[in-house]
Amino acid sequence: MEIIQIVAISIIAVVLAVLIRQHRPEIALQISVVTGLLIFLTVIIKLASVLEELQGFVGRINIDMAYISTIFRIVGIAYIAEFGAQVCKDAGENSIASKIELAGKVIILVLAVPILMALMELIIQIIP
Amino acid sequence: MDVNIIFKIGAIGILVAALYMVLKSTGREELALMAALGGLVVVLMMVIQMISELFENVRTMFHLY
Repeated sequence: MEIIQIVAISIIAVVLAVLIRQHRPEIALQISVVTGLLIFLTVIIKLASVLEELQGFVGRINIDMAYISTIFRIVGIAYIAEFGAQVCKDAGENSIASKIELAGKVIILVLAVPILMALMELIIQIIP
Repeated sequence: MDVNIIFKIGAIGILVAALYMVLKSTGREELALMAALGGLVVVLMMVIQMISELFENVRTMFHLY
């Protein structure tokens, strides 16, 4: 079971990080970042197959691919922004973390505007 | 799941911390700082490599061009 392996490794990494934090806090931060990366790299393979499955399904019921790829893009941006924000929070830099989250929100908003416009057009057509 | 990178970074961290202590106690402050910086650079190289790999994966998976 991967989850047991992941939890065991993360506990070891946490102990290592705490040990090193007193002397070299910057290297302790690196350990936590690398552990997060490792866990995500193992999970990403499963996520990729789920995404392929979803894409195949959506292709069949002929929803416009632009919307689906926009959703995927938004999920990707949200994940990366959250990853960066968490790393900054770990290091104690809360202000930088909130700036990253702000940037992520703005980028996602910019991506979502075309879809909103399409929705508005649709609604305007419906209302006589 | 290549776990050895965590242990590699941990080993470097412990080594640099011990080296820092030794150099500091023998009075050579600046050398200790150099050792700490060297260790940090080595660890940073490895971590940056992994981060770029992660971003590459996320980019291809979520069509973030």
